[in-house]
Formats: sequence, structure tokens, C-alpha cells
Amino acid sequence: MPRTLAASIAINRFGLGARPGEFDAETTDPRDWLAQQLTRTSSFMLASGGLPTTRSAAEALGSYLEDLKKKTEGGAGKMSPEAQEEAILQPLNQLREILIAEIEARTLHGLTTEAGFAERLVLFWSNHFTVSATKAVTIPFAGVFEREVIRAGMTGTFADLLVASTRHPGMLLYLDQAQSMGPNSNAGKRRDKGLNENLAREILELQTLGAQGGYTQADVTEFAKALTGWSLAGGRTRLLAPGADPGDFIFVDRFHEPGTRTVMGKRYKEAGEGQGETILRDLAKHPSTAQRIATKLARHFISDNPPAAAVEALAKSFRTSGGQLPALHETLISLEDAWNPQAQKFKSPNEFFLSALRLTGLSKLGRKGIVSAYGLLGQVPYQASSPEGWPDDSASWAGPDAVIKRVEWAQAFADRLGSNIRPESLVRAALGPALSAVTEQSIARAESASQGLTLALMSPEFQRR
Amino acid sequence: MTFPMMTRRGALIAGGAMLLAGSAGALTVSRQAGDRKFVLVILRGALDGLAAVAPYGDSYYRAVRGGLALPSAGDVGGVLPLADGFGLHPNLAFLHEQWKGGELTILPACASPYRERSHFDAQDVLETGAAEVFGASDGWLGRALTALPPELKRDAVAISGSLPLVLRGSASATSWAPSLGPSASDDTLSRLMDLYAGDALLGPALASAIATNSIASASGLEGMEGKGRRGGPGAYKGLADAAARLLSAEGGPAAAVLSFDGWDTHANQGAANGQLALRLAGLDTALRALRRGLGAHWAKTVVAVVTEFGRTVAENGTGGTDHGTGSAAFLLGGAVSGGKFGGDWPGLAPRALFQGRDLAPANDLRSVFMTVLQDHWGLERDTLGRTVFPDAGGVRAFSGLVHT
Repeated sequence: MPRTLAASIAINRFGLGARPGEFDAETTDPRDWLAQQLTRTSSFMLASGGLPTTRSAAEALGSYLEDLKKKTEGGAGKMSPEAQEEAILQPLNQLREILIAEIEARTLHGLTTEAGFAERLVLFWSNHFTVSATKAVTIPFAGVFEREVIRAGMTGTFADLLVASTRHPGMLLYLDQAQSMGPNSNAGKRRDKGLNENLAREILELQTLGAQGGYTQADVTEFAKALTGWSLAGGRTRLLAPGADPGDFIFVDRFHEPGTRTVMGKRYKEAGEGQGETILRDLAKHPSTAQRIATKLARHFISDNPPAAAVEALAKSFRTSGGQLPALHETLISLEDAWNPQAQKFKSPNEFFLSALRLTGLSKLGRKGIVSAYGLLGQVPYQASSPEGWPDDSASWAGPDAVIKRVEWAQAFADRLGSNIRPESLVRAALGPALSAVTEQSIARAESASQGLTLALMSPEFQRR
Repeated sequence: MTFPMMTRRGALIAGGAMLLAGSAGALTVSRQAGDRKFVLVILRGALDGLAAVAPYGDSYYRAVRGGLALPSAGDVGGVLPLADGFGLHPNLAFLHEQWKGGELTILPACASPYRERSHFDAQDVLETGAAEVFGASDGWLGRALTALPPELKRDAVAISGSLPLVLRGSASATSWAPSLGPSASDDTLSRLMDLYAGDALLGPALASAIATNSIASASGLEGMEGKGRRGGPGAYKGLADAAARLLSAEGGPAAAVLSFDGWDTHANQGAANGQLALRLAGLDTALRALRRGLGAHWAKTVVAVVTEFGRTVAENGTGGTDHGTGSAAFLLGGAVSGGKFGGDWPGLAPRALFQGRDLAPANDLRSVFMTVLQDHWGLERDTLGRTVFPDAGGVRAFSGLVHT
């Protein structure tokens, strides 16, 4: 049990909540406990046995597309809208299985990991670089993108993470980059069309500078042209890159818009694949990017409207360290504001769900229970509705309907655990001194153990971090 | 076919006579906003307005739309003809019936005041009603409800898990979504209300949810488990059914907000068939369900269907369209004076396009909303132009969109 408020903050605000027995030793220093997770690559990894690699995900996508073609070929125009929908949805089941396995693996890891801060950072960055499985073609890649790009990138620099993210098939497909062609490229000239701006725009707006970061429509178009040719091997493009395996990043010269590009006032000479990468690396070190990342990180761990001084300290760390992520994360835990005794953040559904399970010490939960809980609570992993990712403010998560859905889930969960639980001691073991007398009394007066646990999970202090 | 009405920017389409700000006169609030329902449907992701409302008679239409162009009326998969060379997408059969019945007004080229191309900033402007991004922290519909006199019914429900920005700012707005699990026990809820006594976030949220749940159970919505939760066009109808039942319940709210996702068609958009066609079919089915579910209330209802911005006029390199500017908006319902177009039509001529690529934003969506709020709910023009839509005093108003 966290015995000091600082220990409670370390494990609840920065981590995923305490499991019974976790943080019992009085000698554990909360800041050391957090800092030690930052530089160990292993803190960020999850056992991925049985989950797809990028290549096997690409193969699964290929067989899905073939199946889809067989089902819809020819007759689509004559089908009713319902029949069209059915023909499109049915072959999706093979891809859904992959996604459910990813969701299950990440959840079980979240229940048992001893590096809760590292896992929270993974979730933060995975949300920053959202690859949502809301499109059929991204379903098999969303999980492997998180494992092979985000988790693997947590001890490096922001620039490397940005480049790795942009090259991954998950991102190339999610934001429609894979088939984008320059209008004057060899392929584009023959088709008289080809540019798709989506990835370039979202990188500028969401992943680097931010919407107020000072770029124009012309920057978007120029950057999109520089990125033409960035694609993946699979389907027809494999013919263009002999020897590549499905899912490999490839640079397709025939799609690439030739010439010098100007982005944010700087000229970039023609350098094929290198042109796009140089722009990405310049965007990564732009002051607007430092500001945006600092603001998002402070908003996530401190409060919906974080103090300007905290944001500036993070931005400065980002600028001066060359975007070193461990240094940035270490700056975060050194900030006075991050240790405000009063919890400011309302937990996201995912944070609430994982911390509730951890509090009970469960390390297993059936697949069906996991997926339906996320659905009820309103945050199914890998299914954010847009490239902006999940929201990060209480106004988005604490709406009336969302709150009552939490009560419904908490009640059903507590009922399932039965009467052999001691809600008061469980919640005390999780929150330590952050548990209020009012909540304690409310739990003590509950008519059943299960109602007591429902009240404990829904208490104002357990809903926040 | 020739198309005389569409040759010059600024031409008025029938029925869209403009009045300058203020000249509509101050209306006193005398109408019963409670039984005059308003439903806002937000198509999130940016609807390609030219796919929904095709200007197939425009001489530039086929050349510029390429593979996205719809066949002419009467051909296989052809548009459903309206007037003046416009036609609806073939999957919008219900909307076509509404048009013929005089209960649908189409504004083919609208936009909020936002002129960049970020979904999130654009939805911010669409929902706050401000003239710029982050110009307000709550929403125009929330403020409009608050501005109604207290003796009128002025509550609203969003059919979603959280309260959308457009409704924030009203103390009586709530959100509701179909449950997937057993409902919470009354005793536990009442204990939680005690526990939340000093909690400014959770206390009001839970109180509001409990109140909405009691309306939902009185109107038979309990047991709708799972319906409306599935993503995509198949989900739209379930959400519309839920809105209709809540609105038409005894003591039901005055307004509802529905969000339909999935309109960001960057690749393989399709034309008469395909991805976007499926979504349009889903939208049409949902609107039909809304009418059926509202029953007698339909006669006094206005439904506004809008999106955050339009898409490029031309097809992009991946069979889709990229973020644009002007798009179509729809007003339908028994209280709508319809069967006509509203606003200006800028045309598809290359020089008429916004920045050479997008349908020009000829009409400000704020004027559409202001006109509805003025004529349907009796809100004063002055209040609308200052508090509901900050800095919109100079925005033009329409007339004749809604039966007053």
C-alpha cells in the first residue's frame, strides 16, 4: 500500500494504479520508482507471442482483400445497400480476430505490469500517433504499430519516433499515403491525378506543429508532394519493389513528385526518399512542435489546463535535449505541479478500467468481458474515431451518460466478484492516504460487499488521478 | 442543358431571398419552444456535398468530378431530380420524398466561418458558433437554450456517450446512449449522489443522467441493448430511433443532437455505389426513422443536417476527395417551408472555386442556424448575433426557411 501521498501519486497519477501488495515497502522512493522505468527498454515491452508481425499483418490484409474481391465482384451495383454492407463486412471477421487478440494482450499486460508509468507513456504516445482500426485496411496493423513503433521508440528521440511512425504500413494506410502520387511523377503523369494530402496534413496539424503552429495550405501540399513515393509492399506495389516482403516500407520512385520543395520557408532539394525524411526531422525540432508536445504531456499528467510554467519547462527540455524522450519524461516527474496533492485529472475509461482490475488483483479476464467492458465504457482500444486520437479532458469523458455507464460496469463487475471481498481494504491498498473519510464511511455503510466496491470504484478519488 | 441561374457568382436560387441584418425586426418570444423541436445532425468527417446534392446540370460538373460524377436523372444509378439542374444522390430517396412534399430545403454551398482544413478546428467552429477557432468554450445550441425564457421547455439531449461541444453551456443539456449492461440500482445511485455532494463535476453529471434515464425508461428505450452502438452507417438508424423516442416522450426535451461519423472519404469514395453511397443510405434511413418516430411532433420539428466543411471538387489520386470548404446543408421537417433551395450557388467554374479547388462557401452556416432559432423558437435577432453567435451581428439572415 502506498503509505505517503507522494507514493499514492506516483502509482495512481503516473501509473496504472496499485495491485494488492504493490508499493508496500516503505523504503521505495516514489520518484526513483518512476525514473527507473524510463531508460529500461524492457519497461516498455509486452510479451508478443502469438501476435502478428508487420509482415504477417500485411499477409492477413492481402488475403482479406482477395476474399472481399471475390464476394463483391461484379454484382455490387445490383445489390441492395444492406447486401452490399454484408458483403463488405463478412470477410472482416478474419481481421477482427487479430485486433481482439491485440486488445486482450495489451489489457493483460496492463493488469500485471510493474512498470505502470512506462505503460502510461506508451498509451500517451500511441494516442499521439493514432493509427485507428476504424478502417478495414488498418485493423491488422493498429496493434503491431504500437508494439513495433511506439514501444520500441520510447527510449529514443521524438524525431526517430516520428520517422518510424510515418514509414509504418499502419500509418501509411490509415492516412491514405500509400497510393499518393505526384502529379508530375512517372505514374502520376500517365494517370493525370494522384496527390493525397491527408498524411502530410495530419503530421503538421496533429503530430508536430499543431493547427496554430504556423503552416499554410501551401506547406501541406508541398510536404505531401515530398512524401509521394512513401508506400508499402503488398498487392500491386510488390511488382515495383522486387524482393520486398509484404508490409515492408518501400520508396516508389515512379510515384515521387520530382523537384525542390519549400516547407515552412525552407527549400528541400530533390533527394527521393530522403527529401521527406529531412522535412520530418526539421518538423520534429521546430519550436512549435516542442510547444505542442509539452502542452499535451502536461495536459495528460497534470491538469486539463496545465500551468504555463510547467509547459515551458517541458518545451525547454524538449528543445535542449534534441527531443530525447527519456529526458522529457524525467523533466515531467521533476515538476512541482505534477505532484499537486489534489488530483486534477478525471481518468479516461481505459485508465479507470485497468486501475479497477488492478485494485482487485485480477490478472486474467475473459476476452468477451474485456471487449464488452471497453465498449460499455466508451473507449475500445485502437478505435479512436479520428487521427486526433482520444480526447484528454474531463468534459469529454465525464458526461452524464459516460458516468452512468461507469456505474453500470462497476456494479456488474463488483457483483461478479461476489461477497468474498473487502472493499474498504482494497481501495485503501490502492489509494493509501488519498482515500477520504467520506468515501470510507460510505463504503462502510454499504448494504453489501458488492455495493461497497461499486461505491469505492466510483468514488471521486478513485475516478481521478 | 443550359443553366442560366448558375452562371454568375451571387445568383440567387429560388426562395433564398436575403435580408440584411436587423431588418427582420425583433420578434417577441411568444412561441412554445417546448413543442417546437429542433434536431441537429452533425456529419463528422466532412461530407462531400457534391456527392449528396449533385449539380449535374452545371456544364463543368462531369469534367471536374471525373469518376465521382453521378449519372443523370433517369439513367441507371442516376440522380433523383430536384430542380435547376440539381439532383440528389440515388440513395437519398427519403429526402427526395420530403422535397416533393415541400418539407426539405437544401442549401448546396454552405460553410462555417472557418477557412482552414482541420476537421477538429472546423468542428470546434461549427459547434461553438464563434467566428474563429477556440473563440468560445461552449456551444451555440447550449447558449440558445439558455437564452430561452425559463418558462419554456429548454432542455436537450445528445445521443452519445459524452456531451458534444455544441450543447455545452446549457445546464439542462444531457447525453444518453443505449446501455449494453444491466442498469444501475437506484439505491447505489442515491448513495453515489450523496458521495458526490461536493463534487462539481460528477454530482451534476450523475444527476442529469438519472433524470434522462427516467425519461428513457418511461418511453420504452430500456431493453434497446446494444442497438446503435455498432460503428458505421448501420448505426445511424439506432441513434435516430433513440432521439425520436426521447423527443416525443411526455416531458421530452426540446432539442436533440446526433453525430454520424465516417464521412472522411479520402480514398475509394465511390459514386452511385461504394463507401459514401452506403453512408448516404444510412443517413436517409435514419432520417426516415426520425420522422416515423416523431409521429405528430414532426409537424413542428426542424431537423438541420450539417457537416464541418466540404471536400475538394475534383477527385484526388486515390479515388476520393480531400478536405475542402463549401458543402451542402439540409433543413427538413414539418416546420420547414421546403421544396426549394436556399442561399447562393457559386457554381463549379474554375474561377468560382475557392482557392481554385473547393466549392466556394457562398453561405454562412451561422445564418442558417440563426434563421431557424429566430423563426422556430422566437429568439431575438439581437441575442442571436451577440451571445449565441458571438460577432455575428453583421451576418446576413435568410427568410422563409421555416413556417413561423
